[in-house]
Amino acid sequence: MSALIASDILSLLPAWVLMHAAALLVVTPLLSGPIALILSRGRLAWVWALGISAITFALSLVLYAQVLEHGSIMYVFGNWAPPVGITYNIDALNVLVLLIVAGMGLLSLINGLPSVMQEIEPKDQAPFFAAYMLCLAGLMGVAITGDAFNVFVFLEISSISTYILVAMGASKDRRALTSSFNYLILGTIGATFFVIGLGLVYMATGTLNMADITVQLRENGDSRVIRAAFAFIVIGLGLKTAMFPLHTWLPGAYSYSPTMVGTFLASTATKVAFYAMVRFIFGVFSTGEPFDGALLELVLAPMAVAAMIICSVQALYQMDLRKLLAYSSVAQLGYMLLGLSMGTAAGLSAGLLHMFNHALMKGALFMGLGIFGLCYGVRRVPDLAGLGKTMPVTAAAFTVSGLSLIGMPLTAGFVSKYYLIIAALERGWWWAVAAILASSVLAIFYVWKMVEMMYLRETPRAKSRAKKAHPKAPLLALIPLLILAMANVWFFFDASLPKGLTDAAAAALLGGGAS
Amino acid sequence: MTELLAAPINPAWAILLAGLIIAALPWHNVRKAVMLLAPAVALMFWLKMSAFGSFDQLSIDTLGAGLTTFRFDGLSRIWGLIFIIATFLNALYALHERDRLQDTMSVLYGGAAMAAVFAGDLITLFIFWEITAITSVFLIFRTGTAEARNAGMRYLVMHIGSGVLLLAGAILLHAQTGSWAFEHIGLEAGLAGWLILFGFGIKAAFPLLHSWLQDAYPKATISGAVVLSAFTTKMAIYALARGYAGTEMLIYVGAIMALFPVFFAVIENDLRRVLSFSINNQLGFMVVGIGVGTTMGINGAAAHAFADVLFKGLLFMSMGAVLLRTGTTKASELGGLFRSMPITAFFCLIGAGSISAFPFLSAFVTKALILAAVADEGHWIIWLILVFASAGVLEHAGIKIPYFSFFAHDSGRRVKEAPWNMLLAMGIAAFLCVFIGVNHRWLYALLPYASDYEPYTLGHIVGQMQLLLAAIFAFALLMRIGWYPSEKRMTILDIDWFWRKPGKALVHWLYAITARLWAYTMGGTRKALGNFSSLLSVMLSPDGNVSRTVPTGALAAWAVALLTLALLGVYMAG
Repeated sequence: MSALIASDILSLLPAWVLMHAAALLVVTPLLSGPIALILSRGRLAWVWALGISAITFALSLVLYAQVLEHGSIMYVFGNWAPPVGITYNIDALNVLVLLIVAGMGLLSLINGLPSVMQEIEPKDQAPFFAAYMLCLAGLMGVAITGDAFNVFVFLEISSISTYILVAMGASKDRRALTSSFNYLILGTIGATFFVIGLGLVYMATGTLNMADITVQLRENGDSRVIRAAFAFIVIGLGLKTAMFPLHTWLPGAYSYSPTMVGTFLASTATKVAFYAMVRFIFGVFSTGEPFDGALLELVLAPMAVAAMIICSVQALYQMDLRKLLAYSSVAQLGYMLLGLSMGTAAGLSAGLLHMFNHALMKGALFMGLGIFGLCYGVRRVPDLAGLGKTMPVTAAAFTVSGLSLIGMPLTAGFVSKYYLIIAALERGWWWAVAAILASSVLAIFYVWKMVEMMYLRETPRAKSRAKKAHPKAPLLALIPLLILAMANVWFFFDASLPKGLTDAAAAALLGGGAS
Repeated sequence: MTELLAAPINPAWAILLAGLIIAALPWHNVRKAVMLLAPAVALMFWLKMSAFGSFDQLSIDTLGAGLTTFRFDGLSRIWGLIFIIATFLNALYALHERDRLQDTMSVLYGGAAMAAVFAGDLITLFIFWEITAITSVFLIFRTGTAEARNAGMRYLVMHIGSGVLLLAGAILLHAQTGSWAFEHIGLEAGLAGWLILFGFGIKAAFPLLHSWLQDAYPKATISGAVVLSAFTTKMAIYALARGYAGTEMLIYVGAIMALFPVFFAVIENDLRRVLSFSINNQLGFMVVGIGVGTTMGINGAAAHAFADVLFKGLLFMSMGAVLLRTGTTKASELGGLFRSMPITAFFCLIGAGSISAFPFLSAFVTKALILAAVADEGHWIIWLILVFASAGVLEHAGIKIPYFSFFAHDSGRRVKEAPWNMLLAMGIAAFLCVFIGVNHRWLYALLPYASDYEPYTLGHIVGQMQLLLAAIFAFALLMRIGWYPSEKRMTILDIDWFWRKPGKALVHWLYAITARLWAYTMGGTRKALGNFSSLLSVMLSPDGNVSRTVPTGALAAWAVALLTLALLGVYMAG
């Protein structure tokens, strides 16, 4: 059905858009970034960024429709045939990530305007949006490319612009500078590991095209170089994914950065790194050799469980709201890594589904916090007191997303946790089931802490509510939040869109290759 | 339109919808009208049901299964009815209270309990199971004291935990059987069966899982305690009857439940707390009936749950009226209230008579079913325990409650009689207690299985009267010689001193030992927990070792360590 509608829509578009959608998707934001600099006025730059984001999102929908129709598509740059030229291979997995990044980018940009106007100095606003677009281009590039070295390039484009974006929080809180520096160092270490791994792969196979690497690896078989390359790449990407215990850059980066950046990063950046990890472990290195299984069970699974439990407890102790959500993000990344580390199609599909759902819920939660912060300067848990009464709509949307974070039935969070548990049971990993449940219980408490504060505490006297730039939530900021909150409920009742994509992705990666 | 009216509608929807409407209604009078009207509409839906069956099938693709939100059969029918009645009585009892939050929550809570009873699958059950927990806790919070707040949090933790266990068990069960349907589960389902049993057991206040009940109920608001006493535990009894009928373990669990609160209730001073213990004790009877699992056992559990909602509600209502007028329910501060609250006292006596199973009052015809079921299966020791527990009920609930509040020595309090709406609610409950006691056929016809049991035989009546009189005599004796705890003792030196003193010493010694043992175990656990949580806090709190801002170099070291681990891993493999 949806495939039919998709082909109808596709037939309406001009042919060149259809042909070059894949290239345009990355090139448009990449080239538009510098133009935003020239615009030099904040609002104007925002409108420009908004237009570009909308185009990017539309293009990723086009790609989604094309993938629905054709299964997977390949785009060859300049007609240089692979493995010499650079190719984009787009299948269900890429489309899933592209949709998340473009969609969340668009929504957080709409939601972010009032907070950017408030937090960033006027002269820095245009560069801010320029950096945002570069970051978007980088993330899209990682998610779409079929060339291993290209992944590194785009990963660095997105990372470097992220360092800038985080550091721009300094006008609000000086700690943004150290956080950004911290992130810079660690991100660079991660990138270095990754590029060392790539170098080793190139040494062993003589190619950088992902599909070609797989072919070469299958033919040439196992070697120490390949094994070392694998370890370097996984750990390098693990750093970017904020895999426990390499996550320590994340809470600072999320909580001291400007509000909009927090929202955007929380729902996209780690997801893209996670995607790259999935692609390399199950796609590029699907050699059928036992060493990838060893890495999954020896390193990833224990780290995932540790993240789920330890970071949830840390979130429980946190009184700083954005840090609380940041620690919870690390814990949620643990769920995704757990699904990945099962090494089965069911587990991978569940992990990817959780990635999609987590983008929805965490995006909404950060947006909600942003609105609270905008109107009442809320930063810490006690600041939420009485907001259920003063800002009922925002508080309700925030609560719904919080329930989704817990994994309550009737919200999307339940669906992915449910599939994770089923996958763990199929794998016979009882301890993983126990860890998922334990971590969910912890989530109940740290979400409850906020909900209780909003609904059960009286509004304090006006003294702490001095800063009141916006008397009520700006509509522009509210609409994306409501869309996401509704999506959190919608994808419980009809999860066919993400589930279809994740199932197809897991089947494509694990169906024929390694078992 | 006529088809629409003829179609079966879940009565719970009427209540839940009313709850949502009430939440938005700022006008006191309109709100109260909706509260009274909703149970009437629900009753209409209930009466309209002419056939058993499963309705409201809802298909949710993501779960790979359909949900059944309305299953009307022999078991859910009687529970549905009593919950409708309870919702009405609660609304009437709280008619004078101007509190939108409490109105909303109590109606939603009743509706959710009803919806849980009508749920045909475990997912629906879980959803409403958790909604009852979340809505009911407000009835405790609303008291407003720090004590109530903490008790409410403890209550919430237990109940959310119960739901999580239920969900975990349900998912396991689904993995085994491929079905979400809520039918007989039993312990043969393995881990899933145990998880769900524990989930149910928390709500049913099994021994050792019961503490939330005596902790939270006495701290609830006046009308809140009445509402709480009706739904949560009875819902759990329903779930047990549905899922674990005939599980032998439950016979022993139930016997312990019936027995142990007797001792605690006798020494307790707060009368609402005494009633909380007696909830536990009555639940024990029902759990035994379920454990026996014969048609008569299940009938007995259902009938007793029905009667219990009425007489326990009645007793909580009368204590609520006392609390409203005097500001306390402490036995030591009350007494002689029959002078100023005669009608309340009268209704309280009917409730006390009912719970003690006097002939021609409700528990007489319902408890008899359970005892007969136990006797039929030949569990004589259990039967004796239950008979002893029945005597204990009379001791602490039947006599102690009315005696210390309305009679005993005069406390000198002269207060107003309870408001008319409270009296009316109590009157209706009292009427129903008598009605069931007299017209037991009416109740028996509603039971899940057909029954031709006849409670009014000469032997049964005489036996019960002997038991009751003996218990009353024992109470009188203990009062006379000043052994009955919690009342000021009159120290009269007499001849009997020589046997009384050592006897008393023995009793005191036993008390002291038990108390000390209890304190020791609890202290040990608390200390261990405290150590653990301070360890956690040292490590993981914002200032803790793990959360502190670590130098970047250390992080780099971590990355290298992990890389080494990964390299070792891949080299060792294969």
